[in-house]
Parts: sequence; structure tokens; C-alpha cells
Amino acid sequence: MIYYSTSHEYARVEGNIAYIGISDYAQHALGNIVYVDMPEDGDDVTAGEDFGAVESVKAASDLLSPVSGAVVEVNEQLIDNPRLINEDAMANWIIKVEMSDPSELEGLMDEAAYKEFVAKEQH
Amino acid sequence: MKTCLHDKHVALGAQMAPFAGFDMPIVYRGIPEEHNAVREHAGMFDVSHMGEFHVGGPGALAFIERVFTNDAANLPDGHVAYGMLTREDGGVVDDLLVYRRSATSFVPVVNAANIDKDFAWLQECLKKEGIEGVELTNLSDNVSEIALQGPEAEEVMRKALGLDMSGLEFYTFCEPEWEGHKLMVSRTGYTGEDGFEIYAPAEVITRIWDVLLEAGVEPCGLGCRDTLRFEVGLPLYGHELADDITPVEGSLSMFCKLDKPNGFLGSDVLARQKEEGPKRRIVGLELLDKAIPRAGYEVLDMEGNVIGHITTGYRGISVDKSIAMALVDAPFTKRDTQVQVRIRRKTFPAVVIPRRFYKKSYKK
Repeated sequence: MIYYSTSHEYARVEGNIAYIGISDYAQHALGNIVYVDMPEDGDDVTAGEDFGAVESVKAASDLLSPVSGAVVEVNEQLIDNPRLINEDAMANWIIKVEMSDPSELEGLMDEAAYKEFVAKEQH
Repeated sequence: MKTCLHDKHVALGAQMAPFAGFDMPIVYRGIPEEHNAVREHAGMFDVSHMGEFHVGGPGALAFIERVFTNDAANLPDGHVAYGMLTREDGGVVDDLLVYRRSATSFVPVVNAANIDKDFAWLQECLKKEGIEGVELTNLSDNVSEIALQGPEAEEVMRKALGLDMSGLEFYTFCEPEWEGHKLMVSRTGYTGEDGFEIYAPAEVITRIWDVLLEAGVEPCGLGCRDTLRFEVGLPLYGHELADDITPVEGSLSMFCKLDKPNGFLGSDVLARQKEEGPKRRIVGLELLDKAIPRAGYEVLDMEGNVIGHITTGYRGISVDKSIAMALVDAPFTKRDTQVQVRIRRKTFPAVVIPRRFYKKSYKK
């Protein structure tokens, strides 16, 4: 199941684990991603708070975590190859989080609701 | 406001954004792609938003000498000078190019964001300085501009526009005829590459844009205009120069002729500042990490005290490093000085380096 936040991060959930990245819409809006600022394994993240940033040539955009929990893995491929996010944002998650409160997912959008949200934002 | 090329940018699918009151193209195909096209081939920019004035009359030279930091008196006709308009306190009203057509006819070209401010400033100076016989005109609404930049620019001028510019030296200009219209063309630019800036009325510029596009010139947005100028250490007003950053602090004293017989506005202040050494100055920084220093981020000494701020920073495109220009306190301006940059919740070590991050390739 994939959930989305209003700040365009997604959480792809498998059991108690959430793979967190940015949506395809977000990568497209940012353009060429040149750097991803990531937390470290073991860091805690909090729903709605920033855990890093994605940077295009032009600007840095904060990454807000859709869920709370502990970072169990960061996608190290992005250190040398941040453009993987432009190539496939859904496959190239940024951090893997062990959720501390899965009920937070209820406050996020599903795929259909997010599509509608993006369509509105484009107007 | 819209430039005469606005609809063409939209039709080409450019990402548009407001800049200095104009709806301008920021990126077409991608900033790195456009940036590299200018470094390797040729790219063109719609810079019709820039401001052009005319300063004419028997008092024109005396007036320009008084308000402009650089030397207009010894500038030959047909030459261009870069410099600044400064206030009495040395603060910078704007940076600009001054085109000398003759001792009685100058064309200052100013930043779009400052057109009204600059024009009002010049009018005020004209009154205060009591220089007679000067006619000051704002041509901005009637002059559009394309910057054609890159190593292939001269060839494109010849092949696509039929204009032989091989004899035109760096920082000089001519006024050739093209399809029955008079253009003003200078060998100048803001990218560190060879190239030309072409001034003409809107209908002519629109036509030239189409011809250049047809010839395969890459349309470029303001996004890569900034990465290109930054990599060769050129300042941007509002970042490396401002009302409260003097040319000496901006490391641009070489564009201030401090020994003009009658001085220019603020020249005494700047001469003293240069003599004593400025309290802070623009330097280059290289971050020893992939994180990117952005404008406004704090620069710290090794103990963590704030000693300045980043004025422009990027992950370089032609230079694969995280680099910045920064305004830092005097004790930290020497090459190889170690400092730190705060980026969000971390600090990263950085080192002072020359701010020409990428070597210019002008045709001189």
C-alpha cells in the first residue's frame, strides 16, 4: 500500500516498514536532482518534521517524514547517484523507517486522493 | 510584464516564473543541458527585461564620469566598460555596462530589477551635481535584447544572421544593419564564454530569435544564466553586490577608477576602504562534501562563530564540486583558510579558494 503526504513524500508500507521517498510529481517539479541530504541509520524521524532535503540545481527542498519511527536503512545509492530519483522516484526510496505509530498512515492520502490533490495543485 | 519573446518561451514549453516584474523563462530542457550547450556550443537568452538608458549631450561624459565607477573618459568610442553606480557612502545602486558611442552619447545597460531605481537615481544625481547639457532617456520599453553565448557564437552570427563579427574585439560593439534595421551588437556576456549581446526593437529581436532557433541554437533560461555566471565568479546584484555591499567588499575594486581627477560618487570612501582593507570581502569557498551551500547559509570559523554568509552557491555543473561565493570577515579571506558552512542541522568544513571556479574562455 502506498500513502502520500501533502508535501509530496510517499510511504510505501510493507508490514511495519515504510519506504519513504518523493513522488514522481515532486521529482518532475524539482528537475535534475543533484544532492540528497539523508539522515543516518538509527536516527529517529517524526511525522511532519524534516529528515533531510532533496536539492535540484536551483534550490533545496526539505523532506518531511510522513510517519514517525526509526531509520533502519538509507538508500546509499543516492549518495553518488541522486538522479536515480529522476529516473524512477517510486523505486528509489530515500529512507526505510520502522514505524512507531502505524495509525499515522490514516492521516495520509491514498493513490487516488493524491492524484486528485496534484491535479488541484497544478491549477 | 512580458518580454516580446514571452509567447515563444511558453510555446517552447519553458518553465516560467516571475523575475524583476517580468514573467521569464527559467528552464527549457534542463539547467545542466542548457549550461553545457553554452560551454560547448551556443545558447541564447532572452534578456529583454534588462534596462537601457541613453545619456546624451555635451555634458554626457562629465556626468557618466561622476556617477560610474569605471573609466569613461579614456574609454574609446565603440567600447564597453563594466562598473557600478555608487552612492556617496560607497554602497552600490547597481552594476552595469556602459556603451560609449561618443563623448556625447552613452548607453548604460542595467539590471531589470533596478531600472526604476537607477533611473530615479541618475535623475537625482543630475540635479544635485549641477552638470549642464545632459539628456537622460529611459529606452527600456523600446529596446529588446538577446544574449548569444558560447564558443560557436561567432560562427552562428555569420552563418545564421550574415553578420561577420570576427573583427569585433572583446568589450567592443558595433551598430550593423540587419534586414534593414540597425542593431547594437557587443562582444560581451555573462557566462564566461565568448558571445554577443544583441539590442534591437521588439519586432527585430523576435525575428532574430526565430532565425537563431532555426539554426539550432539552444534556448536557455535564467536558471543556467545564474550557474554560468557563478562558475566564473561574476557577481549578481542583490547577492555579491548590494546597497550595503561596496565594490571593494565585493572584490571588484579593479572596476573602480579611484584616481579620476574629480572622483566619482563615493570614490573617497572606497579609496579609504581599499587602503585600510575592507572589514569583510567576497571570497570563493569549496565545500569538502557533496552538500550544497545556498545563499543565506551561515559561514562559521572553526570554533563555530558566525563570520559571514553565502551569497551564491551551487553544486557546480562544469566543475564537479560544491562551491560558493561568500561574504566573510577580513581575517578569513585568505586563500586556504579553513571555515565551516552550516547547512540545515549540520556543519561542513570548507576552504577559501579563488572565486574563478571555472576558467573563462573569452576571445581577446
